Amino acid sequence: MIKINGEIIDKDTLKLTDYLAENNYKSTRIAIECNEEIVPKSMYESFILHSGDVVEIVSLVGGG
Amino acid sequence: MSKDTFCLGGKEFTSRFILGSGKYSLDLIKAAVENAGAEIITLAVRRTNTKDTENILDYIPDNVTLLPNTSGARDAKEAVRIARMSRELGCGNFVKIEIMRDSKYLLPDNEETIKATEILANEGFVVLPYMYPDLYAARALQEAGAQAVMPLASPIGSNKGLATKEFIQILIDEIDLPIIVDAGIGKPSQACEAMEMGAAAIMCNTAIATARDIPSMAGAFKDAIEAGRKAHLAGLGRVLERGASASDPLTGFLRD
Amino acid sequence: MKENQYIINSDLLSKEELDKKHKLETDPSYRSDFMEYHDDMDRIDSNVMEQVIGHMDSYDPDSYTAADVKRALASEVCSIDDFKALLSPAAAPFLEQMAAKAKYETSKHFGNTVYIFTPLYIANYCENYCVYCGFNCYNQIRRKQLKYEEIEKEMKIIADSGIEEILILTGESKSKSPVDYIGEACKIARKYFKNIGLEIYPVNIDDYKYLHECGADYITVFQETYDRKKYESYHLMGPKRVWPYRFETQERALMGGMRGVGFSALLGLSNFRKDALASALHVYYLQRKYPHAEFSLSCPRLRPIVNNEKIDPLDVHEKELCQIICAYRIFMPFVGITVSSREVKSFRDGIVKIAATKVSAGVSTGIGDHESKYSGTDCEEVGDEQFEIADNRSFDAMYSDMSNNGLQPVLNDYVYV
Repeated sequence: MIKINGEIIDKDTLKLTDYLAENNYKSTRIAIECNEEIVPKSMYESFILHSGDVVEIVSLVGGG
Repeated sequence: MSKDTFCLGGKEFTSRFILGSGKYSLDLIKAAVENAGAEIITLAVRRTNTKDTENILDYIPDNVTLLPNTSGARDAKEAVRIARMSRELGCGNFVKIEIMRDSKYLLPDNEETIKATEILANEGFVVLPYMYPDLYAARALQEAGAQAVMPLASPIGSNKGLATKEFIQILIDEIDLPIIVDAGIGKPSQACEAMEMGAAAIMCNTAIATARDIPSMAGAFKDAIEAGRKAHLAGLGRVLERGASASDPLTGFLRD
Repeated sequence: MKENQYIINSDLLSKEELDKKHKLETDPSYRSDFMEYHDDMDRIDSNVMEQVIGHMDSYDPDSYTAADVKRALASEVCSIDDFKALLSPAAAPFLEQMAAKAKYETSKHFGNTVYIFTPLYIANYCENYCVYCGFNCYNQIRRKQLKYEEIEKEMKIIADSGIEEILILTGESKSKSPVDYIGEACKIARKYFKNIGLEIYPVNIDDYKYLHECGADYITVFQETYDRKKYESYHLMGPKRVWPYRFETQERALMGGMRGVGFSALLGLSNFRKDALASALHVYYLQRKYPHAEFSLSCPRLRPIVNNEKIDPLDVHEKELCQIICAYRIFMPFVGITVSSREVKSFRDGIVKIAATKVSAGVSTGIGDHESKYSGTDCEEVGDEQFEIADNRSFDAMYSDMSNNGLQPVLNDYVYV
């Protein structure tokens, strides 16, 4: 079970790039944190999510 | 006369108006930035669940410095995480720390803000902390490596103006960092007054976002901030006090 | 401009000493580098000096106008530039308005209180040759250092008069009046007084730590003049010649844990407006750096000394002195301002109503003569004075004069925690 932006994905492992492609994320416009650590963009290609991982994918929005 | 600029993190800015981008539509941002003459714009970091194609960065002119905030953070640790993500988003190394543990008044937590400032300054961020105008906290923020302090004028989003005027004046007088008045400024006249007092810059969002004509209000703020700055540099004229002076001279005892 | 003739020619010095003295006076290349620290002197990393010097060097008192002064008097917060205007010649016609504003600021911060203390000189040996000072090492005066019993005796006499705050002074001789000697004097003073200040030669941070443990709370050191060129030409020999080490004294004292520090230029040595500006900015920048500390300014003018009656403060008349003190008060409403017995009774009585917050009483600048001065008995073997005083009121007289002036004399307001 992997948690991405609060959504539970019932998988034991998941390639990060597969998830991003499937959901139409533009990697240039996002930042990813896995278990509270930044995942550098250079590692997206090889990064594999495992059961228990908690992932946040964020982007910029308007704010004050 | 040399150009009147102010410096943050080694960058020089001519405009003293930091524009917020919250609570209004993306297609108005460009006009607002242009009318404001803003060189810095604040942004927030949020989860992207919608996967939408619209991105705010596409609406912000290239020469504008991005200042992501850490809104949503409830303690130093969360603020640090958000700041690191914002840097990963390609925003550069500026960050406005914003830590709130009270959802009713949204007042900043100075203690946590100091902690986050120290951590992020050590990581090379240009840290601009949003804070409650307290002298000791401002000194601690300076000590922690902040590049400016951003005291609130009144509760965020309230448009209530310079409720903390006396305390902001103390920070302006005592702290050797740019004082950027943030939050609560509701009208151009209030921005002008803060600048007359010697604030280095004004950060404003809601007053513009809730105006009838957003780009026009951005322009009105620009003019007010410039006028206040000019007045500050020109040195305000005196106020005539009513009343008489002492009848006995105080200095009658002096010889030679 | 008129200059004082400081040099005293003494026929009591040996030929060798005289030769050295003359060479120091006439040949600048014979003197040491006054900006060079000695090996045993702490160096601290501080930017206060450059900030003060920057303002002082660029200050042109004649560039200010009456309009600048009016604006300064009307503004709520006195900026550095306002302060410069208040110190300028253009402010002279506004002295009464300055006094009114200063009085208002003083009463806001201090009410109607005035602190009374007394200085006690425990030694007048000195290693320095400072041409204007009665204690200078070439001046043929009676030298004395009080023994611990004598210190105790003097302190007892002073304490019996009612004084609770004492300022212990020495000449500047580390060998004759070493730090541990001064420390012992502080320990004795703790028995008799509630508050102990020191006006001794500048020392290192660890020495201040030690002296603080011995009971001292307050360090006063006069920079004499902030004008480096003049300083070099007046302080011809000895550790005091090192200008930057002296400048950093107060900061070292605060680093060593002292509760407060006092500052001053000796008015009359150089351009008094620039010296007053630098003294106040010295306080201003250190206050920003050490906001917990207490700060005070003195405003001594040059006085005649033993063997040289003619020394006077030149263009710093009472009016100018009053202007400086009012400007200090308006610029820094919170600092203590001390007016010493170098000034006459009428001046001190007037200035405490406007801006001064601390006066000395029962003063002797000689060594070991409190008994004779307090009781009228004759005492042999006292050491000569540093300078002539102009107000010799006893503590009792000062106390009643202040009370009769509508002021509230305060002997001490410290709580030791």
